Amino acid sequence: MSNLLDLLIAGLATGAIYALVAVGFTLLWQTSQTINFAQGEFVMLPAFLMLAAMHAGAPFWLAIIIGILLSMILLGLAFKMLLVDPMLRHGVLPLAIATMALAIGMKEAVKQFFSAEASPFPSIVPTNDISLLGHVVSLQSIGVFVVAILAVVGLTALLNRTSLGHQMQAAAQNPTVARIIGVPVERMILLTFLINAVLVALASLLITPIYLAKFSSGEVLGQAAFVAAIVGGFNQVRGAIAGGLLIGVLDNLSAAYVSTQYRAAVPLIFLIVVILFRPQGLLGRSEERTV
Amino acid sequence: MRPTILAGALFVIASASAAFAQSSGPIKLADVAELSGGGATVGTNWKNGIDLAVEEINAKGGILGRKIEVTHADSQSNPGVARAQVQKALDDEPYVLLGPGYSGSVKVTAPLAADAGITQIMGGEAAELTQMGDKFLFRTSFGQQSSMPKVAKYINDELKAKSVAVVWVNNDFGRGGRDVIVKEFARLGIKVVADQSTEAGQSDFAADVAKIKAASPDAVFIYLNEEESARILKELKRQGVTAPLIGETTLVGQKVIELAGDAANGARGHVGLTTDAPVELIKQFRDKFVKKYNYVPDHNGIKGYLAVYMVKATTDKMGKVDPKAFADTLHGLTIKASEEPGILMDVTFDENGDIDRQGFMVEVVDGKQVVKQVLPKLH
Repeated sequence: MSNLLDLLIAGLATGAIYALVAVGFTLLWQTSQTINFAQGEFVMLPAFLMLAAMHAGAPFWLAIIIGILLSMILLGLAFKMLLVDPMLRHGVLPLAIATMALAIGMKEAVKQFFSAEASPFPSIVPTNDISLLGHVVSLQSIGVFVVAILAVVGLTALLNRTSLGHQMQAAAQNPTVARIIGVPVERMILLTFLINAVLVALASLLITPIYLAKFSSGEVLGQAAFVAAIVGGFNQVRGAIAGGLLIGVLDNLSAAYVSTQYRAAVPLIFLIVVILFRPQGLLGRSEERTV
Repeated sequence: MRPTILAGALFVIASASAAFAQSSGPIKLADVAELSGGGATVGTNWKNGIDLAVEEINAKGGILGRKIEVTHADSQSNPGVARAQVQKALDDEPYVLLGPGYSGSVKVTAPLAADAGITQIMGGEAAELTQMGDKFLFRTSFGQQSSMPKVAKYINDELKAKSVAVVWVNNDFGRGGRDVIVKEFARLGIKVVADQSTEAGQSDFAADVAKIKAASPDAVFIYLNEEESARILKELKRQGVTAPLIGETTLVGQKVIELAGDAANGARGHVGLTTDAPVELIKQFRDKFVKKYNYVPDHNGIKGYLAVYMVKATTDKMGKVDPKAFADTLHGLTIKASEEPGILMDVTFDENGDIDRQGFMVEVVDGKQVVKQVLPKLH
């Protein structure tokens, strides 16, 4: 029983990170039909930006700020202007393939300019344990979970309760009408790219102390988040959150009760089942696209 | 008939010149190592150790009055490239082949050296390497079949553990070590309460650790590569596992300590070679190495250094430079550090090319490897 509780807590902590990354997936998809296959590498890179800042002598808090700002510039602004805008004209598929190329390029660049070996990364949440209802629980797991959930809740509030959020939703749902009623659609799309950059930087900050900073660490994360986004519903932010948590827990339970070798297969089998029986995702709504 | 005679004559000349090549002039050694790619740290340390030993020996007049000449080739940490490089090195008919360091690369190159009848002194540690019946292959460090029984004995005698969890990485290295130690545990009557296989490159160990925790073993034996070792140490700390953590060289290495930070403290492991060993000759080696290269070598640096001194001691024993008799002489040979200080510690080679030497139990204390116990040579 205590075993199950440990697995659930660890699963929810990883799942919350998957959720952060998956939310970024759905945001980019909704506003600009971008399927970003480099999303995992987007999580890997900010940690290295922060490490580089620390090597240059910046204290940890400053390195975090620098890392997030650089992420916004590189993974938000530059990604949109240099890759998405020129490629989207040719359709969704060429863009998706371009993001795969970007993923390879980012991994190789980090390997080349930083190191092929893993590096340690400091944790922003304390790493000691607390006793909860007579059960020893890792503060780090809880911290990761809380920070990730707060970020997602904050984002949802921004989207649903502010005028800016409504404008973003309008731009996503019907760009033509949104433009007519005066919503600066282009700026709204850019904003979602910047939000995605902040989300991945936050995910990077939370996950890297556990997984270590390594050029290849985005591969597993990107795949898990992609599966989470599809399972939850690619067109719904809350779907991505549910999907992330579900995949995190499922992954941990299958590693413990099925086998470590097949742990990666279980979420994928689940994905196939969802696609077969509920293609719009668990919380997604079905949509018909004209493009 | 004429072409056959001509070929025959050429063959005689070629063999004569080859024999001549090793009878005067410098003694040629060929090194193939992981100078780039994933094993770059391994190969660079190995190469530097070799260069240091060669420089020392040459400064003292060489082996039997002949200087040593060594060539280095890069396997790029890739068994396929290693094979090609070893073939190329063997074509130049070296006296002895040194390297590679990766077990996988040794496995594919050993048949080439054996076919050529040239002795290969390498850095691999997988158990199977010396169980293939290869008469020309020698280790510079313990194979798993020598180190694992020592670890099992420590867990039994010192920790008095009755149950143990075994975590291993699912590749040749991990499976080899796991098979040997599980057999030892069975022999000692220690119960394996969790037998956990993990994947190479795995980043999330939460589920694995939860399973270990649920099994509540008296000790945990961890046999993973460096990065995974660091991740599981952090996760063990995160989930509050307090059982003693025991491993091999990879659990207590400097890289693991750097990556795992506090979580590495308390981890214990058996290491065959360490520059922190309380052995005067090793301290002197370390000082010389640091003076030349400006960093502290890991065990691979010691291995490269020992490989060259193995060549020297064996040749001195034979009293001649004879590549054909080299392997036969080294089998069963005991080299004493009092007679050949470059060998650092007394060592005996058996019929398979495995070694018998003293080992060390180390513990990570405040982020440093501390030698807690010297485990004596078996024979």
